[in-house]
Amino acid sequence: MGIYHIFIVSKSGGLIFNYDHNIPQLEYEKTYSYPLDIKLRFENNRVTVVFGERDGVCVGHVLLTVNGQPLNYDKLPDGRDVFEFLEERENYPVNLKFGKAKITTNEKIVLASMFYPLYALAVQLSPEQGSSGILELEADTFKLRCSQTLTGIKFIVVSDLKQAGVDQLLDKLYELYADYALKNPFYSLEMPIRADLFDEHLQVAIDQIERTGFI
Amino acid sequence: MTVHNLYIFDRHGTLLFYHEWLRRKHTSMSKAEEAKLLYGMIFSLKSFVNKLSPTISKEGFLSYKTSNYRLNFYETVSSLKFILNTDNETNQTEIRELLHGIYTQIYVEYAVKSPMVNPGEVITSNLFRNKLNQYVQSSSIFKTH
Repeated sequence: MGIYHIFIVSKSGGLIFNYDHNIPQLEYEKTYSYPLDIKLRFENNRVTVVFGERDGVCVGHVLLTVNGQPLNYDKLPDGRDVFEFLEERENYPVNLKFGKAKITTNEKIVLASMFYPLYALAVQLSPEQGSSGILELEADTFKLRCSQTLTGIKFIVVSDLKQAGVDQLLDKLYELYADYALKNPFYSLEMPIRADLFDEHLQVAIDQIERTGFI
Repeated sequence: MTVHNLYIFDRHGTLLFYHEWLRRKHTSMSKAEEAKLLYGMIFSLKSFVNKLSPTISKEGFLSYKTSNYRLNFYETVSSLKFILNTDNETNQTEIRELLHGIYTQIYVEYAVKSPMVNPGEVITSNLFRNKLNQYVQSSSIFKTH
Protein backbone atom coordinates (compact mmCIF):
# COMPACT_ATOMS: atom_id res chain seq x y z
CA MET A 1 0.00 0.00 0.00
CA GLY A 2 1.34 3.42 -0.89
CA ILE A 3 4.93 4.22 -1.55
CA TYR A 4 7.42 1.37 -1.93
CA HIS A 5 10.78 2.96 -2.79
CA ILE A 6 12.29 6.37 -3.35
CA PHE A 7 15.53 6.77 -5.29
CA ILE A 8 17.56 9.81 -6.19
CA VAL A 9 19.96 9.38 -9.10
CA SER A 10 22.70 11.91 -9.74
CA LYS A 11 23.59 13.53 -13.05
CA SER A 12 26.28 10.93 -13.74
CA GLY A 13 23.91 8.00 -13.12
CA GLY A 14 24.94 6.96 -9.61
CA LEU A 15 22.48 6.32 -6.81
CA ILE A 16 22.81 9.05 -4.18
CA PHE A 17 19.81 8.27 -2.04
CA ASN A 18 17.44 5.41 -1.52
CA TYR A 19 14.59 4.88 0.89
CA ASP A 20 12.37 1.85 1.44
CA HIS A 21 8.92 2.37 2.79
CA ASN A 22 6.13 -0.19 3.40
CA ILE A 23 7.12 -3.00 1.09
CA PRO A 24 4.58 -5.78 1.50
CA GLN A 25 6.47 -8.87 2.61
CA LEU A 26 4.37 -11.77 1.53
CA GLU A 27 5.66 -14.98 2.99
CA TYR A 28 4.34 -18.48 2.65
CA GLU A 29 5.07 -20.92 5.44
CA LYS A 30 4.08 -24.54 5.21
CA THR A 31 5.06 -27.91 6.58
CA TYR A 32 6.27 -30.33 3.98
CA SER A 33 6.67 -34.09 4.09
CA TYR A 34 9.20 -36.30 2.31
CA PRO A 35 9.82 -36.13 -0.63
CA LEU A 36 9.78 -32.42 -1.30
CA ASP A 37 8.02 -31.75 -4.59
CA ILE A 38 9.34 -28.22 -4.98
CA LYS A 39 12.55 -28.06 -6.97
CA LEU A 40 15.14 -25.72 -5.46
CA ARG A 41 18.41 -24.43 -6.88
CA PHE A 42 21.17 -22.18 -5.57
CA GLU A 43 21.04 -19.14 -7.85
CA ASN A 44 22.39 -15.60 -7.26
CA ASN A 45 23.58 -16.57 -3.78
CA ARG A 46 20.08 -17.62 -2.74
CA VAL A 47 18.10 -20.85 -2.64
CA THR A 48 15.41 -20.25 -5.27
CA VAL A 49 12.31 -22.14 -6.35
CA VAL A 50 12.74 -23.21 -9.98
CA PHE A 51 9.86 -25.65 -10.37
CA GLY A 52 6.82 -26.87 -8.47
CA GLU A 53 4.55 -23.86 -7.97
CA ARG A 54 1.74 -24.53 -5.50
CA ASP A 55 -0.12 -22.92 -2.60
CA GLY A 56 1.15 -19.45 -3.30
CA VAL A 57 4.80 -20.43 -3.65
CA CYS A 58 5.86 -19.30 -7.13
CA VAL A 59 8.91 -19.72 -9.31
CA GLY A 60 11.28 -16.97 -8.28
CA HIS A 61 10.50 -17.19 -4.59
CA VAL A 62 13.39 -17.72 -2.24
CA LEU A 63 13.68 -20.07 0.75
CA LEU A 64 13.77 -17.79 3.78
CA THR A 65 13.68 -20.06 6.84
CA VAL A 66 13.88 -23.77 7.58
CA ASN A 67 12.08 -24.82 10.78
CA GLY A 68 12.09 -21.19 11.87
CA GLN A 69 15.84 -20.74 11.41
CA PRO A 70 16.91 -18.20 8.76
CA LEU A 71 19.31 -19.42 6.08
CA ASN A 72 22.84 -18.22 5.59
CA TYR A 73 23.10 -18.32 1.73
CA ASP A 74 22.71 -22.08 1.29
CA LYS A 75 23.62 -23.22 4.78
CA LEU A 76 21.59 -23.62 7.92
CA PRO A 77 22.77 -21.68 11.02
CA ASP A 78 24.49 -24.82 12.35
CA GLY A 79 26.57 -25.09 9.16
CA ARG A 80 24.79 -27.96 7.40
CA ASP A 81 24.05 -27.64 3.70
CA VAL A 82 20.33 -27.09 3.14
CA PHE A 83 20.16 -29.30 0.05
CA GLU A 84 21.64 -32.24 1.94
CA PHE A 85 19.29 -31.51 4.82
CA LEU A 86 16.28 -31.67 2.53
CA GLU A 87 17.46 -34.93 0.94
CA GLU A 88 17.25 -36.92 4.17
CA ARG A 89 13.96 -38.52 5.10
CA GLU A 90 14.49 -38.30 8.86
CA ASN A 91 14.52 -34.48 8.80
CA TYR A 92 10.87 -34.42 7.69
CA PRO A 93 8.24 -33.12 8.33
CA VAL A 94 9.98 -29.78 7.81
CA ASN A 95 8.59 -26.27 8.06
CA LEU A 96 9.70 -24.08 5.14
CA LYS A 97 9.04 -20.40 4.59
CA PHE A 98 9.20 -18.92 1.08
CA GLY A 99 8.99 -15.32 -0.02
CA LYS A 100 10.27 -12.83 -2.53
CA ALA A 101 13.94 -12.06 -1.95
CA LYS A 102 14.53 -8.69 -0.39
CA ILE A 103 16.37 -6.35 -2.71
CA THR A 104 19.90 -5.57 -1.48
CA THR A 105 21.63 -2.19 -1.60
CA ASN A 106 24.00 -3.40 -4.32
CA GLU A 107 21.07 -4.41 -6.46
CA LYS A 108 19.49 -1.01 -5.92
CA ILE A 109 22.66 0.71 -7.09
CA VAL A 110 22.68 -1.49 -10.19
CA LEU A 111 19.01 -0.82 -10.88
CA ALA A 112 19.38 2.93 -10.52
CA SER A 113 22.32 2.90 -12.92
CA MET A 114 20.31 0.70 -15.29
CA PHE A 115 17.43 3.17 -15.28
CA TYR A 116 19.64 6.02 -16.38
CA PRO A 117 20.38 4.74 -19.95
CA LEU A 118 16.83 3.40 -20.31
CA TYR A 119 15.60 6.92 -19.67
CA ALA A 120 17.88 8.23 -22.41
CA LEU A 121 16.90 5.50 -24.86
CA ALA A 122 13.26 6.51 -24.54
CA VAL A 123 14.24 9.89 -25.97
CA GLN A 124 16.21 8.36 -28.80
CA LEU A 125 13.59 5.86 -29.88
CA SER A 126 10.78 8.37 -29.79
CA PRO A 127 8.49 8.53 -32.83
CA GLU A 128 7.74 12.21 -32.04
CA GLN A 129 9.94 15.25 -31.92
CA GLY A 130 11.13 16.67 -28.63
CA SER A 131 10.27 13.85 -26.31
CA SER A 132 11.47 13.72 -22.72
CA GLY A 133 12.70 10.55 -21.04
CA ILE A 134 10.56 8.04 -19.16
CA LEU A 135 8.11 9.90 -16.92
CA GLU A 136 6.00 6.97 -15.82
CA LEU A 137 6.62 3.26 -16.04
CA GLU A 138 3.77 0.91 -15.41
CA ALA A 139 3.94 -2.75 -14.47
CA ASP A 140 1.20 -4.99 -13.16
CA THR A 141 2.23 -4.69 -9.49
CA PHE A 142 3.70 -1.17 -9.22
CA LYS A 143 4.09 2.17 -10.94
CA LEU A 144 7.34 4.06 -11.19
CA ARG A 145 7.35 7.82 -11.65
CA CYS A 146 10.44 9.84 -12.48
CA SER A 147 11.03 13.53 -12.55
CA GLN A 148 14.23 14.98 -13.97
CA THR A 149 15.41 18.42 -12.93
CA LEU A 150 17.14 20.90 -15.21
CA THR A 151 20.47 19.87 -13.69
CA GLY A 152 20.00 16.20 -14.53
CA ILE A 153 19.08 14.83 -11.10
CA LYS A 154 16.34 12.20 -11.28
CA PHE A 155 13.83 11.65 -8.49
CA ILE A 156 12.24 8.23 -8.77
CA VAL A 157 9.25 7.08 -6.73
CA VAL A 158 8.04 3.48 -6.90
CA SER A 159 4.48 3.25 -5.63
CA ASP A 160 1.50 1.02 -5.87
CA LEU A 161 -0.86 1.42 -8.81
CA LYS A 162 -3.58 3.33 -6.99
CA GLN A 163 -1.42 5.83 -5.13
CA ALA A 164 -2.43 9.41 -5.91
CA GLY A 165 -0.43 12.61 -5.65
CA VAL A 166 2.97 11.16 -6.53
CA ASP A 167 3.71 14.10 -8.83
CA GLN A 168 3.37 16.43 -5.86
CA LEU A 169 5.60 14.13 -3.85
CA LEU A 170 8.27 14.36 -6.56
CA ASP A 171 8.11 18.16 -6.44
CA LYS A 172 8.27 18.07 -2.66
CA LEU A 173 11.31 15.79 -2.87
CA TYR A 174 13.09 18.29 -5.09
CA GLU A 175 12.27 21.01 -2.57
CA LEU A 176 13.62 18.93 0.31
CA TYR A 177 16.74 18.06 -1.68
CA ALA A 178 17.37 21.75 -2.33
CA ASP A 179 16.76 22.68 1.32
CA TYR A 180 18.44 19.92 3.28
CA ALA A 181 21.05 18.45 0.95
CA LEU A 182 22.25 21.28 -1.28
CA LYS A 183 22.17 23.96 1.38
CA ASN A 184 24.09 21.71 3.75
CA PRO A 185 27.68 23.07 3.78
CA PHE A 186 29.11 19.61 4.36
CA TYR A 187 27.40 18.05 1.38
CA SER A 188 29.32 17.63 -1.89
CA LEU A 189 27.49 17.25 -5.17
CA GLU A 190 26.92 13.78 -6.64
CA MET A 191 27.77 12.19 -3.30
CA PRO A 192 25.36 10.05 -1.27
CA ILE A 193 23.00 12.17 0.82
CA ARG A 194 23.45 11.74 4.56
CA ALA A 195 21.37 14.39 6.26
CA ASP A 196 19.06 13.66 9.19
CA LEU A 197 16.82 16.63 8.45
CA PHE A 198 16.33 15.37 4.90
CA ASP A 199 15.27 11.94 6.17
CA GLU A 200 12.92 13.41 8.78
CA HIS A 201 11.14 15.74 6.40
CA LEU A 202 10.95 13.01 3.77
CA GLN A 203 9.26 10.72 6.28
CA VAL A 204 6.71 13.45 7.11
CA ALA A 205 5.98 14.05 3.41
CA ILE A 206 5.48 10.35 2.71
CA ASP A 207 3.19 9.87 5.68
CA GLN A 208 1.14 12.85 4.59
CA ILE A 209 0.77 11.59 1.07
CA GLU A 210 -0.16 8.08 2.14
CA ARG A 211 -2.78 9.32 4.56
CA THR A 212 -4.37 12.08 2.54
CA GLY A 213 -3.23 11.56 -1.06
CA PHE A 214 -1.91 15.10 -1.47
CA ILE A 215 0.65 17.40 0.07
CA MET B 1 -5.53 9.71 -30.25
CA THR B 2 -2.88 8.36 -32.56
CA VAL B 3 -0.99 5.18 -33.14
CA HIS B 4 2.60 5.85 -34.23
CA ASN B 5 4.18 2.51 -35.01
CA LEU B 6 4.23 -1.21 -34.25
CA TYR B 7 7.10 -3.66 -33.87
CA ILE B 8 6.76 -7.42 -33.55
CA PHE B 9 9.68 -9.42 -32.16
CA ASP B 10 9.99 -13.16 -31.73
CA ARG B 11 11.52 -14.94 -28.73
CA HIS B 12 15.06 -14.65 -30.12
CA GLY B 13 14.89 -10.92 -30.71
CA THR B 14 14.44 -11.00 -34.49
CA LEU B 15 12.27 -8.21 -35.81
CA LEU B 16 9.43 -10.03 -37.54
CA PHE B 17 7.38 -7.04 -38.58
CA TYR B 18 7.40 -3.25 -38.49
CA HIS B 19 4.70 -0.84 -39.57
CA GLU B 20 4.35 2.88 -39.06
CA TRP B 21 1.31 5.05 -39.34
CA LEU B 22 2.41 8.47 -38.15
CA ARG B 23 6.02 8.98 -37.24
CA ARG B 24 7.58 12.42 -37.22
CA LYS B 25 11.03 11.60 -35.96
CA HIS B 26 13.26 8.86 -37.27
CA THR B 27 16.46 7.71 -35.67
CA SER B 28 19.71 8.15 -37.52
CA MET B 29 20.41 4.41 -37.53
CA SER B 30 19.25 1.64 -39.85
CA LYS B 31 16.03 -0.27 -39.23
CA ALA B 32 17.94 -3.34 -38.03
CA GLU B 33 20.00 -1.36 -35.53
CA GLU B 34 16.98 0.46 -34.22
CA ALA B 35 15.17 -2.85 -33.77
CA LYS B 36 18.10 -4.31 -31.85
CA LEU B 37 18.30 -1.24 -29.64
CA LEU B 38 14.59 -1.38 -28.92
CA TYR B 39 14.71 -5.09 -28.17
CA GLY B 40 17.65 -4.53 -25.81
CA MET B 41 15.79 -1.76 -24.05
CA ILE B 42 12.69 -3.91 -23.62
CA PHE B 43 14.77 -6.81 -22.33
CA SER B 44 16.45 -4.55 -19.76
CA LEU B 45 13.11 -3.00 -18.78
CA LYS B 46 11.59 -6.42 -18.17
CA SER B 47 14.48 -7.46 -15.97
CA PHE B 48 14.37 -4.11 -14.18
CA VAL B 49 10.65 -4.49 -13.43
CA ASN B 50 11.12 -8.06 -12.27
CA LYS B 51 13.78 -7.05 -9.75
CA LEU B 52 11.95 -3.99 -8.47
CA SER B 53 8.51 -5.50 -8.06
CA PRO B 54 7.41 -5.94 -4.42
CA THR B 55 5.62 -9.21 -5.21
CA ILE B 56 6.07 -11.86 -7.88
CA SER B 57 4.58 -10.29 -10.98
CA LYS B 58 2.47 -12.15 -13.50
CA GLU B 59 2.71 -9.84 -16.47
CA GLY B 60 5.64 -7.62 -15.61
CA PHE B 61 6.39 -4.51 -17.63
CA LEU B 62 3.32 -3.09 -19.35
CA SER B 63 4.03 0.41 -20.63
CA TYR B 64 6.00 3.59 -20.15
CA LYS B 65 5.07 7.18 -20.80
CA THR B 66 7.18 10.17 -21.83
CA SER B 67 6.07 13.72 -22.48
CA ASN B 68 5.10 12.94 -26.09
CA TYR B 69 4.35 9.28 -26.47
CA ARG B 70 3.55 6.08 -24.70
CA LEU B 71 5.18 2.76 -25.42
CA ASN B 72 2.89 -0.20 -24.85
CA PHE B 73 4.23 -3.69 -24.51
CA TYR B 74 2.41 -6.98 -24.90
CA GLU B 75 4.11 -10.34 -24.55
CA THR B 76 2.49 -13.67 -25.30
CA VAL B 77 3.24 -16.93 -23.51
CA SER B 78 5.41 -17.96 -26.47
CA SER B 79 7.60 -14.88 -25.84
CA LEU B 80 6.33 -13.07 -28.90
CA LYS B 81 6.60 -9.34 -28.23
CA PHE B 82 4.36 -6.60 -29.57
CA ILE B 83 5.51 -3.01 -29.07
CA LEU B 84 3.08 -0.25 -29.93
CA ASN B 85 3.87 3.47 -29.67
CA THR B 86 0.83 5.67 -29.19
CA ASP B 87 0.17 9.16 -27.94
CA ASN B 88 -0.50 9.92 -24.29
CA GLU B 89 -4.23 10.50 -24.34
CA THR B 90 -5.27 7.00 -25.32
CA ASN B 91 -7.00 4.82 -22.79
CA GLN B 92 -4.79 2.01 -21.49
CA THR B 93 -7.40 -0.73 -21.39
CA GLU B 94 -8.37 0.00 -24.99
CA ILE B 95 -4.73 -0.34 -26.03
CA ARG B 96 -4.34 -3.65 -24.23
CA GLU B 97 -7.44 -4.92 -25.95
CA LEU B 98 -6.11 -3.67 -29.27
CA LEU B 99 -2.80 -5.45 -28.75
CA HIS B 100 -4.54 -8.62 -27.65
CA GLY B 101 -6.76 -8.34 -30.74
CA ILE B 102 -3.74 -7.82 -33.00
CA TYR B 103 -2.27 -11.02 -31.63
CA THR B 104 -5.37 -13.23 -31.73
CA GLN B 105 -7.18 -11.90 -34.77
CA ILE B 106 -4.39 -10.74 -37.05
CA TYR B 107 -1.14 -12.47 -36.10
CA VAL B 108 -2.57 -15.93 -35.39
CA GLU B 109 -4.95 -15.80 -38.34
CA TYR B 110 -2.72 -14.31 -41.03
CA ALA B 111 0.84 -15.03 -39.91
CA VAL B 112 0.82 -18.26 -37.92
CA LYS B 113 -1.77 -19.96 -40.09
CA SER B 114 -0.19 -18.83 -43.31
CA PRO B 115 1.99 -21.48 -45.01
CA MET B 116 4.06 -18.73 -46.62
CA VAL B 117 5.17 -17.25 -43.31
CA ASN B 118 8.00 -19.17 -41.66
CA PRO B 119 8.72 -18.77 -37.95
CA GLY B 120 11.81 -16.70 -37.28
CA GLU B 121 11.60 -14.85 -40.59
CA VAL B 122 10.40 -11.38 -41.42
CA ILE B 123 6.72 -11.32 -42.34
CA THR B 124 6.44 -10.04 -45.90
CA SER B 125 2.85 -11.06 -46.51
CA ASN B 126 0.75 -8.23 -47.94
CA LEU B 127 -2.41 -9.81 -46.63
CA PHE B 128 -1.05 -9.56 -43.09
CA ARG B 129 -0.09 -5.92 -43.55
CA ASN B 130 -3.48 -5.02 -45.02
CA LYS B 131 -5.48 -6.85 -42.41
CA LEU B 132 -3.41 -5.25 -39.67
CA ASN B 133 -3.91 -1.80 -41.14
CA GLN B 134 -7.64 -2.40 -41.43
CA TYR B 135 -7.87 -3.65 -37.85
CA VAL B 136 -5.94 -0.76 -36.33
CA GLN B 137 -7.65 1.92 -38.39
CA SER B 138 -11.09 0.63 -37.54
CA SER B 139 -10.38 0.60 -33.80
CA SER B 140 -11.59 3.48 -31.65
CA ILE B 141 -8.03 4.55 -30.90
CA PHE B 142 -7.01 5.52 -34.39
CA LYS B 143 -7.66 9.03 -35.63
CA THR B 144 -5.60 10.93 -38.14
CA HIS B 145 -4.88 14.63 -37.65
